Amino acid sequence: MPDLKLLADAPSADERAAIDAVVGEEAANGDRVARSDRTRRHLLLPALRAAQRRVGWVSPGALGYASRRLEIPPAEAYGVATFYALLSLEEQPAEVLHVCTDLSCRLAGATVPEGAQPSPCLGLCERAPASLRTVAGTKPREEQIPAESPPLPQASGLKLLRRIADGVDPESPPEFRALERARELGPERVIELVKASPLLGRGGAAFPTGIKWEAVARQPAKPHYLVCNADESEPGTFKDRVLMEQDPFALVEAMAIAMYATGCEKGFIYIRAEYPLAHRRIQHAIEASGLDIELRIGAGAYVCGEETALFQSIEGYRGEPRNKPPFPVEVGLFGKPTVVNNVETLVNVPHIVLGGDARDTRLFCLSGNVSRPGLYEVELGTPLPALLELAGAEPAKAVLLGGAAGSFLRPDQLDVPLSFEGAREAGVTLGSGVVIVFGEQADLVGAVLRIAEFFRDESCGQCVPCRVGTVRQEEALHRLASGKKNGNELAVLADLAQVMRDASICGLGQTAASAVASAVENLGVLA
Amino acid sequence: MIELTVDGNAVQVEEGATILDACRRAQIDTPTLCYGDTLTPVNVCRVCVVELEGARTLVPSCSRRAEDGMVVHTDSERVRTSRRMVMELLGSSTDLSTAPDALAYIERYDADPARLGAPPAPAPKLDNDLYMRDYSKCILCYKCVEACGVDHQNTFAIAVAGRGIGAHISTELDVPLPESACVYCGNCIAVCPTGALMPTSEFELRQAGEWREEEQTEVDTVCPYCGVGCNLTLHVQDDEIVKVTSPDDHDVTRGNLCIKGRFGFQYVQNK
Repeated sequence: MPDLKLLADAPSADERAAIDAVVGEEAANGDRVARSDRTRRHLLLPALRAAQRRVGWVSPGALGYASRRLEIPPAEAYGVATFYALLSLEEQPAEVLHVCTDLSCRLAGATVPEGAQPSPCLGLCERAPASLRTVAGTKPREEQIPAESPPLPQASGLKLLRRIADGVDPESPPEFRALERARELGPERVIELVKASPLLGRGGAAFPTGIKWEAVARQPAKPHYLVCNADESEPGTFKDRVLMEQDPFALVEAMAIAMYATGCEKGFIYIRAEYPLAHRRIQHAIEASGLDIELRIGAGAYVCGEETALFQSIEGYRGEPRNKPPFPVEVGLFGKPTVVNNVETLVNVPHIVLGGDARDTRLFCLSGNVSRPGLYEVELGTPLPALLELAGAEPAKAVLLGGAAGSFLRPDQLDVPLSFEGAREAGVTLGSGVVIVFGEQADLVGAVLRIAEFFRDESCGQCVPCRVGTVRQEEALHRLASGKKNGNELAVLADLAQVMRDASICGLGQTAASAVASAVENLGVLA
Repeated sequence: MIELTVDGNAVQVEEGATILDACRRAQIDTPTLCYGDTLTPVNVCRVCVVELEGARTLVPSCSRRAEDGMVVHTDSERVRTSRRMVMELLGSSTDLSTAPDALAYIERYDADPARLGAPPAPAPKLDNDLYMRDYSKCILCYKCVEACGVDHQNTFAIAVAGRGIGAHISTELDVPLPESACVYCGNCIAVCPTGALMPTSEFELRQAGEWREEEQTEVDTVCPYCGVGCNLTLHVQDDEIVKVTSPDDHDVTRGNLCIKGRFGFQYVQNK
C-alpha cells in the first residue's frame, strides 16, 4: 500500500460486494499487486456507481473502501464523487424519481412532485414530459418514463434510420458486411474513403472525420484508443439514444471499422447514465460481437460530453476539460493518440465503406410544440421550414436550433438551409441537431432563465469565466425578468458573453451565452 | 530556437518554452494568478490570456507552447476585456483584500467588480494550531492542491470537490485538518496567491491590526533542524520572527519546507 491516510469508516458487506464486483476481490495478503496493476484509478467511477446502485448513496464507508482498493487518496476520491450530480454523498431513499425540467419537458408542462428531484434534460424529449426512476438494491435498475419508445415519425428518405424503420431486431447480431468489406480494403483505403466522403463530426463541432482518423493512424505512439462519445446531454438531443437503443449493432460495427482503420487496440463507449436501455442493448451487442470494446457509464455531468472531460472521467478524475492543444489525436485517453467520434458520426461509416446511398443526411431531434415530435433524417441543405413541415410544427414564437449552446430564431428568420455552411452564413449552429419549437403559449422568458440555470449547474467550475460568469449571467437575467433592474444588465451580459466565449477553457463556457444572447437580440426577450 | 512575434517584436525562445516565457523575455508584464514557477500550469484563472492570430479564442499564455511564426498580441481590446472581466468576476466572488497581485490587476485593467456583486464576508477556519484557511479568499487556482500533491509534497490531503460555483478546496468529506492526511508542511501556504492560507502567527497579528509588512525585515538563514540545509527566510517584525518562508528559486527547496522549518521557530523567542 502506498502511504495514504485512509478513511476510518468501514463499508457494509453489501457495499464491499458491489465494489468488489468492479475492482475484484481483495487478496488474502491485502492488495500487494504487481506495480503494473496499480494504475487502476480508471475503475473509480464504476466502483462508486456500483456502491450507489447497491445501497442508494455513496457512504463514507464505500468511499473509503473504493479509495483503499484503488489506492486513491480519499480527498481525491471525494473530489470525484462530488463532481457528479447523480452520485449522492448523503443518504437518500433507494428509489429516486428524477423529473426532467428542461426545455422540451417545460413546454409539455412538467412539474416536480414532492420527493422527486428536478433533472436536466433526460434525452426523452419526443415523449415529454419525461422522468427517470433509479432503484437501488440487489437488482438495481433505472426506468425511463414513459417507457414506450414511439415509432419513428418518418418513413421515407431514410439512410441512417433505415434499418430502424424496417424494424431491425436490436438484440440479434446481423452479419457485419461493412466490417468484412473494410478488412478486404485495408486500413489505408478505408481512411481514404472516409476522407473522400463529406462526413463531418455530428457531435456539434463538425470536424472532418477522415482527417481525424488519418491523424491518429499516423501517430507512432501506441496504443491508440477509440472513444465513442455517447454522452449526449445537450438539452433537446436524443438522436444517439435512438440509434443505440434500436440499432446497437450498427454502432458496434462502425466502432470496429474505426478501430481497424486507425490501429486502435481498444475501444470505449461512454454513455450518459440516464440511458439505461442503451446501456443494456450496447453491452449485449458488444458481447455478441466479441470485440474489445468497453462500456463506460457517466454519472450526471453535461460537461463530460466535452471530449477531454470525457477522458478525465474514464480515467477516474473529475470531468474537467483539458486545455487544447495538445489535441486528442496526439494526447488523448490515458495520454495516448485517440479517435473520439460521436454516435451519429460513426453510424455513417458502414454506409461509406459499402458505397451505395451516397446522400449526406443528418439527424434532427424535433420536440416542443410539434404535432409529430421525434427523430427525423434529412439531407444536408434541406431548408429548416421543410423539416418543420415534416414534423407538423408551426413555430408561432421561436425555434431553438442547436440546443442550449445554439440560438433562438424568430418565425421570420427560419429560412436557414440545414447545412454547416448555410448555418454559418445565417450566424447559427446546427450543433447536435436540436430543433425545439416554441408555440403561441410558450414561456420564452422561462426558457431563457432555464438555459442560464442549466449552464450554471453544469459548469465544471475549473475556469473563472465559466464558473463565475454563468452565475452572474443568470443573476442579471433574473433581475431583468423580475423588473428589479439596476440598468447595467445588458452591458454586463454583453461583457460576460465576450469573456466566456473568448477565455473559457472549453466549449461549455464558450457557448454558455449564445442562446441567451440570441434570445435578447433576435426575440427581444428581456431586452 | 523558436521565433515568434509578440506585440510586433520578434522574440526568440527555447523549444518547449511557453508564450508567457516569450512575453517575459520581451519584458512584457503579463498578469498571472494560478501560474507558479515551481508548479505545473493548470491554466484555470485565465488572467494571462493573449490573442494569438489564427486562433478562434484567446489562449492562456502560461501553458500554450510557443511555436515558430506565432503572432501574439498581449494588449488588444479583446485581451484587455477578458482580463478586466476575469478580475471583475473574481472580485465579485472572492475577498481579495489580502491578495496584492489581484488588487493591482483590478486597478491596471480598470475592473469594477462591484457592478457584478459583493464578495463574501471573511470566514476563517482555525481547526489546527499552525495555519488558517479562509475559503472566502480562495480563487480556486489549484496551486495548494498541486503543492500538496504530485508537484511538491505528495501528501494528497486536499483536492477540489463539488462542481461549478460550488467547487471548493476540501479534505475528504470536509473533515478538519487534524483528521486529514495533512502533515503541516505549509507548502500550500507558500503558493497561495490570495492569503486564503496563512500561518496562524500572521493571521493573529492581522486580526489585531498589528501586521506591518512594510516594517518587516527579511533575514536569510539555514534551517537548524536536519542536514538537508534548506534555506529559510525569516520575516521579522519588532525583533520577533512572525513568519518563515523559503525562496522559490533555491535549488534545494524550491520554496518548500517541512513543518519544523516553517513553523518551528518559537524556541528562538521563548518568553
